[in-house]
Amino acid sequence: MQDNLILGGKAFSSRLLTGTGKFSSPRLIPKILAASGAQMMTVAVRRVNPDKPEEDMLTHIPAGVTILPNTSGARNAQEAVRIARIAREMGCGDFIKIEVITDMKYLLPDGAETLAAAAILAKEGFVVLPYIQPDPVLCRQLEAAGAAAVMPLAAPIGSLRGLRCRDMLEMIIEASSVPVIVDAGIGRPSHAAEAMELGADAVLVNTAISAAEDPVLMSRAFALAVQAGRLGYLAKAGAERPVAVASSPLTGFLGVAHAN
Amino acid sequence: MISFCVNGKRESRSACSVLELLAKKQLAPERVVVELNGAIVKRPQWGETMLREGDTVEIVCFVGGG
Repeated sequence: MQDNLILGGKAFSSRLLTGTGKFSSPRLIPKILAASGAQMMTVAVRRVNPDKPEEDMLTHIPAGVTILPNTSGARNAQEAVRIARIAREMGCGDFIKIEVITDMKYLLPDGAETLAAAAILAKEGFVVLPYIQPDPVLCRQLEAAGAAAVMPLAAPIGSLRGLRCRDMLEMIIEASSVPVIVDAGIGRPSHAAEAMELGADAVLVNTAISAAEDPVLMSRAFALAVQAGRLGYLAKAGAERPVAVASSPLTGFLGVAHAN
Repeated sequence: MISFCVNGKRESRSACSVLELLAKKQLAPERVVVELNGAIVKRPQWGETMLREGDTVEIVCFVGGG
């Protein structure tokens, strides 16, 4: 069954995107990629550190993977645009995850600045994927501004708390005409499966994998969870009922006298 | 000798181009992007772009992130 995620005109058979941050060693990245089946990985843009050449993530990400640079570190639209342009200059494509953060406790994204950056970058031909709070109205505005997808959070970044914003995510999924990628807050494979069952088009997972005792095994668990959730969504679950509905026949019991 | 700022640190060197600066720092040219005074310098221009007194240079790469 062909069931691709289409982003920026590119088809992805995997609906699990993984981050590359906070791993104990960057040498884990190829193993994470193989175990997760991810075809897109996020990176950040930072000053080079000549004393730590191993930080250069492009030396660890295998060829063929779509690079999704983020604009982390940006505090307003202007800084996000600057980082996006630098990221594109690296020559790894036009994908950009807009991330504009001003709240340092919960790392919540700034919707107005994100929208402003999205409008500019979409006009410049970027494939714009904005990281946002789960706000259905903002999602509509981002679509109109040319976003290729929306990336609402499930819970604060790195909190591993799961789908705390589930009702809002459902509203977004119901209304969105661009792919919905649930980003941030997913802590366990069951959370990823839940998001996919709701109808999310993909999930982005970083901390839940990098903070696991066995990140490679956890990558595999997430891959299976995302697939299970997606298939569950496509299969369309039966309606919930308030009382029991027997699964076995209610006739032909042993020891019961026939009526005639 | 001229003095300029690279990634927030002041450096004094003999006159050099962007390309020569990267070579001196042993940075892989295909995996960095260079900003000079806030404007991106395209790769084909690195050889001919000379650093000047007081310039601000940013050399960036992709690192791990979510």
